[in-house]
Amino acid sequence: MRDVLDDIEQWQSAGHRVALARVVAVIGSGPREPGAAMAVNDDGEVAGSVSGGCVEGAVVAEALEVLACGEPRLCTFGYSDDEAFSVGLTCGGTIRIFVEPLD
Amino acid sequence: MDGPFSLVRDCLRAEKPVALVTVVELVPHEGSEDVLPRLGAKLVVRPDAEPMGSMGEANLDRVVIRDARGALDAGQSVARHYGPHGEARREDITAFIEVFAAPRRMLIFGAVDFTAALVRIAKVLGYHVTVCDARPAFATAVRFPEADEVVVDWPHRFLAKVADRLGPLDAICVLTHDHKFDVPALLAALDTKVGYLGAMGSRSTHEGRIRRLRAEGVEPERIQQIMSPIGIDIGARTPEETAVSICAEIISQRAGVMAPSLRDGSGPIHQRESS
Repeated sequence: MRDVLDDIEQWQSAGHRVALARVVAVIGSGPREPGAAMAVNDDGEVAGSVSGGCVEGAVVAEALEVLACGEPRLCTFGYSDDEAFSVGLTCGGTIRIFVEPLD
Repeated sequence: MDGPFSLVRDCLRAEKPVALVTVVELVPHEGSEDVLPRLGAKLVVRPDAEPMGSMGEANLDRVVIRDARGALDAGQSVARHYGPHGEARREDITAFIEVFAAPRRMLIFGAVDFTAALVRIAKVLGYHVTVCDARPAFATAVRFPEADEVVVDWPHRFLAKVADRLGPLDAICVLTHDHKFDVPALLAALDTKVGYLGAMGSRSTHEGRIRRLRAEGVEPERIQQIMSPIGIDIGARTPEETAVSICAEIISQRAGVMAPSLRDGSGPIHQRESS
């Protein structure tokens, strides 16, 4: 989270609303450790990352929804045969990401 | 930012350890009328201060705070499961205990060209970096602008002041390769709990150092803890490449992964140019 603090402060002082997404669990092979964080503002601007670029796009969409509804949520991203075309990690692992509004 | 986050931010800015506990999943027990905390509920736990926030149930708070203090001691983030009143072996509540440890420290003894490169690479890796050298003309903040701290002192005297704050995630790199400075520095460094101790110099420099340390009564197996010649064998030549080789050795030692350390090889550490 250290790496996104400055961006969060800048956005908030400019009047933006911000959502924070954090990796809270990694099952199997995953690119980032628990605690990896990404901040998204209400314009869809992004700071930080939660994977090797595999799920960031989907997390931005989740973050914007969280800002819209005001409720936090736990998202799971994995890869399995029956969801071969959905968003997942090419490394075969599963990550769980907690997304919450920062206000 | 609201209360818990701004407290965490202040701790991070002050480089103080802190744990942020967040309820990230709720799976109510079927038929249970227990009240669960809200999703996203938070507690902020620091080693020497009152916790901030609440999960809304005294017993749950007590157990979660205890676990957060344990995670802080271990320096490791962890997800834990609890019942509504903090019961173990229940999975109603999943809390993510995110630990922000104080940054790892690297002490670099000797203010030489290799030092400037090592400071830069160590900063990329997130270390709090101190450069220490007894010579005021060399140990200046101007020469090492990226260092968190530049100290003019004899390394062993500086170590006496900070030794009790050093732990297994910290590193000491002795780059003086001058027996006058590095023998007392290594004697003091061997008495700390740092996870990595490296000393620059050729194999023959290190042989001389070993003789002097033996003469000071240091056991051979303790001398063997010193990584020297310093770094892994990647054919590094420049100060920057050498800094990468040193940091790679620190990472591999912490991870318990075998890497070809120069210490364990033989022959010249720099291959001669073939003509």
